[in-house]
Amino acid sequence: MNSAMPFEWILAIRFMRQARMQTLLIMAGVALGVSVIVFISALISGLQTNLFKRTLDFQAQIIILPPKEVSRPLHQAEDGAMLATLVQPRAQRLQSVDQWQTVLAQVAKMDGVSVVAPVVAGAGFIVRGEANKAVGLTGIEPETYLQLIALNSKIIAGTANITGTDMLVGLDLAKDLGVWTGDKLNLQTASGGTATLSIRGIFDYGNSGMNSRSVYIALRTAQSLLDLAGGVTSVEVNLDAPFTAETVAQTIQAQTGLKVDSWIATNAQFFSALEAQSMSNTVIRFFVGLTAALGIASVLVVSVVQKSKAIGILRATGTSRQQILRLFLLQGALTGLIGSLLGAFVGWLFLIAWRNIAINADGTQLFPITFDPMLFVYAAVGATLVGILAALFPALQAARLDPAVAIRG
Amino acid sequence: MADFNAITLQLKGIRKAYNVGLPAGTEVMHGLDLTIERGEFVALIGPSGSGKSTLLNLIGLLDKPTAGELLITGQPTTQLQDRELTLLRAKSIGFVFQFHNLLPEFTALENVMLPLLAARGRPDEAMRLRAAELIEQVGLTDVGKHMSNDLSGGQQQRVAIARALVMQPALVLADEPTGNLDTKAADNVFDLLRRVNEASDTSFLIVTHDPRLAQRCDRIIELVDGRIDSDKANRVSSP
Repeated sequence: MNSAMPFEWILAIRFMRQARMQTLLIMAGVALGVSVIVFISALISGLQTNLFKRTLDFQAQIIILPPKEVSRPLHQAEDGAMLATLVQPRAQRLQSVDQWQTVLAQVAKMDGVSVVAPVVAGAGFIVRGEANKAVGLTGIEPETYLQLIALNSKIIAGTANITGTDMLVGLDLAKDLGVWTGDKLNLQTASGGTATLSIRGIFDYGNSGMNSRSVYIALRTAQSLLDLAGGVTSVEVNLDAPFTAETVAQTIQAQTGLKVDSWIATNAQFFSALEAQSMSNTVIRFFVGLTAALGIASVLVVSVVQKSKAIGILRATGTSRQQILRLFLLQGALTGLIGSLLGAFVGWLFLIAWRNIAINADGTQLFPITFDPMLFVYAAVGATLVGILAALFPALQAARLDPAVAIRG
Repeated sequence: MADFNAITLQLKGIRKAYNVGLPAGTEVMHGLDLTIERGEFVALIGPSGSGKSTLLNLIGLLDKPTAGELLITGQPTTQLQDRELTLLRAKSIGFVFQFHNLLPEFTALENVMLPLLAARGRPDEAMRLRAAELIEQVGLTDVGKHMSNDLSGGQQQRVAIARALVMQPALVLADEPTGNLDTKAADNVFDLLRRVNEASDTSFLIVTHDPRLAQRCDRIIELVDGRIDSDKANRVSSP
């Protein structure tokens, strides 16, 4: 007997060691459950991090736009008369953000803002020989915009640093037109602007829609092509903490009176998908926990019956009800704790196996799985609590056992 | 009653009924009076169903009487709560049962230590020494480290006696301690009980079916149908 160990611990460990098969089976059950929880939690959090990153790679967290133009009917009804009016919503023309330099400077000074970039966006045609393609033009200042969007990492040829008459085109568009870096393309816009630009870089977003329809040009070129001299169509903002975007957006809106969209508001679907994943994770955890608890409880109920004579003898030789209660609670706790440590280890092995199996054709990971060591701690604490709760009923049963009856058997 | 402590056990009008108030209610103990003095070695005999085990459970504080008072070394017990009963039982009463006396998960020595361990919470060296001393006293030094399941029936009963004595109780209750043993082992175990009794102030109350063994006790109480049928001193024939 280990002198450092209290009475109940000594008994609990001896009881569990003696009922070896029972102990091993229930611990294996708990371990399996915990390994599933660890694995799925890591998988889902990896998936979410990845989705999150992909979403924010392609868009700014906050976009400041000019307010929508509205039609205001000028006529008014005379006193006592009613006037029915049909007001047609106005078509939104390309419009600059009013006083954008001031807005930009003001937003750049705000707490938590990491990048502010002016953008000119509009529609245009690329013409080469007999082919012509409708494209979305985005006029950027590379020094700010490249910090906003992960465009640099998507460049597969050339460079993203564009000036003057440079342009960036997507991989699909380049293939369709049979061009590559260094080639020149003719660009036209509806407002009549034309320019001949040379391709500085080719990007691949991994999405053929974006690859065939996005074209990046320098901010000033875009201004003149789209007839927006000195103006920008939006000011785009990134924050240190992406999840504060909505509150920051509302602050900016209140201060400037402009239309301000946060990525949280414009990606409601994305958030509901994340929510659904988290919810299913919670449901899985709940049912795995419940199953483990029922397993532990049933093993202990049987154990109380098997040990009833021993409990009677212990009670007759001076063991209190409280000590018997603790003895069985402890067995539940130990089953949960040891099972969960084994399970966390097995779950970790699953994750390593997954890393090696779930890979892209090029050998990179499908998506990176993050090991959060705290997950193991949570699993251990959670399983121990589940074990104690599960042991509550059998332990009370054992403590209430009438020693006279138990000994007679 | 000059010396209060000279009385180990006193029963005053003890009644025990089961299913009180129900049609199936039955009284099995009909107002028992009994006194056992310090150091007495008493046999409790009687036919099956006469209430011997019930009486032993009542005296051992494992069961509560329906009426009457039960005093252990002068202390009334019927008003005590479970916690106090457990403490009193641990301090004053040692048990030896017929079967399954020992916990199979522990060695002989550890089984002897259990009551001390339950009382003090953690094992210590003094406990180990005390248990070893008792193991020696019951002649089992060689097998003290063996798991209790590996011992013979007679050896197991000896370990149980050592355990019953470890808290130096005022009273040892033995429920057919030799009922499970062959004649020779039974004699040895009985001799041990007798020797311990002679060397200490501990009183013994031994339930037995064996008239031969009963004849070796100082006093024989016969229980019939929940009443004391006879209670007489017995001149012990030379062992």
